[in-house]
Amino acid sequence: MTIAQVIFAVISAVVLVSAVLVVASRNIVHAALWLILSLFGVAALFAVLEAGFIAVVQVVIYVGAIATLIIFAIMLTRREMREAGQQTHRWWPLPALLGMALFAGLAWLLVSLPGTGATPPALAGDDPVLLLGQALLSPEQYMLPFEVASVLLLAALVGAIVVAGDTR
Amino acid sequence: MVNLGNFFYTLGMWLQGLLMRAGLSESGARGVFSALVAALLPLLALLTAVPLIWLERKWIARLQDRMGPNRVGPFGLLQVFADMIKIFTKEDITPLGADRVVFALAPVLAVAGVLGLWAVIPFAANAFGVDLNVGVLYLVAVGTLSTLAIMLAGWSANNKYALLGAFRTVAQMISYEVPLVLSLLVPVLLSGSLGLNGIVGAQREVWFVFSAPLAALLFLIASQAEVSRAPFDLLEAESEIVAGFNIEYSGMKFGFFFVGEFLHSFTMGLLGATLFLGGWTGPGVEAFPALGAVYLILKGTFVYFIFVWARATFPRIRIDQMLDFNWKLLTPLGLFLIPLLAVVNRGLSESSLWLRNAALLGANVLLAVLVLIILGMRGRSARMRAASTVAPAPAGSRR
Repeated sequence: MTIAQVIFAVISAVVLVSAVLVVASRNIVHAALWLILSLFGVAALFAVLEAGFIAVVQVVIYVGAIATLIIFAIMLTRREMREAGQQTHRWWPLPALLGMALFAGLAWLLVSLPGTGATPPALAGDDPVLLLGQALLSPEQYMLPFEVASVLLLAALVGAIVVAGDTR
Repeated sequence: MVNLGNFFYTLGMWLQGLLMRAGLSESGARGVFSALVAALLPLLALLTAVPLIWLERKWIARLQDRMGPNRVGPFGLLQVFADMIKIFTKEDITPLGADRVVFALAPVLAVAGVLGLWAVIPFAANAFGVDLNVGVLYLVAVGTLSTLAIMLAGWSANNKYALLGAFRTVAQMISYEVPLVLSLLVPVLLSGSLGLNGIVGAQREVWFVFSAPLAALLFLIASQAEVSRAPFDLLEAESEIVAGFNIEYSGMKFGFFFVGEFLHSFTMGLLGATLFLGGWTGPGVEAFPALGAVYLILKGTFVYFIFVWARATFPRIRIDQMLDFNWKLLTPLGLFLIPLLAVVNRGLSESSLWLRNAALLGANVLLAVLVLIILGMRGRSARMRAASTVAPAPAGSRR
């Protein structure tokens, strides 16, 4: 194994273990903290893949959002913040099977894609952030999806204000 | 080439050469060198907190017409060491019912969030931890860590006051992140680079504080709120919630928060100097790049002085004022400022440097005047309303 592969394996292990602990821990704040670690690990994976922009955005959006999530968790749960009941449902093998099937399907799809496992091509001399920005705003590339997503988010914002705001 | 002016670069090259002669491969030497820098930079940052605390106490004392520390050592210079010894020997208390792991994790995160910022600050043209091409975004990402730390501290201590302080954190630090990011966008826009070294390089001729003074002001206010010092110290307001999020902390754990706060303020000063005051640029930097570090620290200390000055001068604002100020003034101002500057900057991209910067300054002044006029009108109408409701008070209704 090369050094890069060792780093990848370590980070992946951190991501997976903390992801399991998110659903397994009984304290809701601990679950949120494990979620943060898991998402940090994903950001580190992006960084290893030389996608610095995506890595940083991952941290900005998710960790910032989860900080707020913790507060809501504290405000909305009971005083103990501990679920004493059973953690599994009677039907748990079924979703487990479905999840594994989904994973197998995705893995098969990725492996069958051309170029999987090949060494990534060296990045061109241009700044990747610059290329990303140009791709998002040029009409031939991703301008339409970008704008549609923006309008969707705006609609969600307006909707949130309508739901939460005073009715006069 | 032995050039003392290029001190940091020469030192780095010498060290790597030494490691390679000791039998390491080139990539190995580079790796060891990077690890060394990664260990030394935070250490250096933590050590700057010692003179910083003394400097701030002296400054605050002068602003409040006191002497400040002057008993321990000459000019009270050793006061910080005395305080350190005191804090090291204090009992480390974990309150009953506290979440032990999270309680211990929070102070560490608070300091780590600040030290992480030092990784991207360019101290001289070729002396920086790493020149990320997304440096400005990285600053925002690392900044979320300190919010998280305060929230965890408040939650884990099993104390109502601490939890209230944590709730205020959400209201304040997350809100003020918005104008902070908006103000960070302006140097990015003007320099065309997300990397901090690129932003400094674009300020060789004109500092951004002259072409975008409003953005610099936004940054100043928003970063003061991010560091949560007076007038924005609602999360530890002594008169309301005792000590806020750090109420249960004692000994070295409290010391972590204390050092983290001072260091965060100074780091924000360094960032302000980097983004708006030209960073390491200055006379003679081309010939002697190491001079840049001196310039940056001088400029950063100047911005830090403004933070301390504000801290000593203003009373703490109320929580509703704090939110109104952010959402009704700073955020809209930032949102108007960015398109305005973008249009002016783009429209005059062909014209001479001085004309473009003069136009940018003019646009800033225009927006500032407009905002002041609107604020004045709103204030006048509010006063009129208050006067018209108070004036015909029925005689003897109350009191």
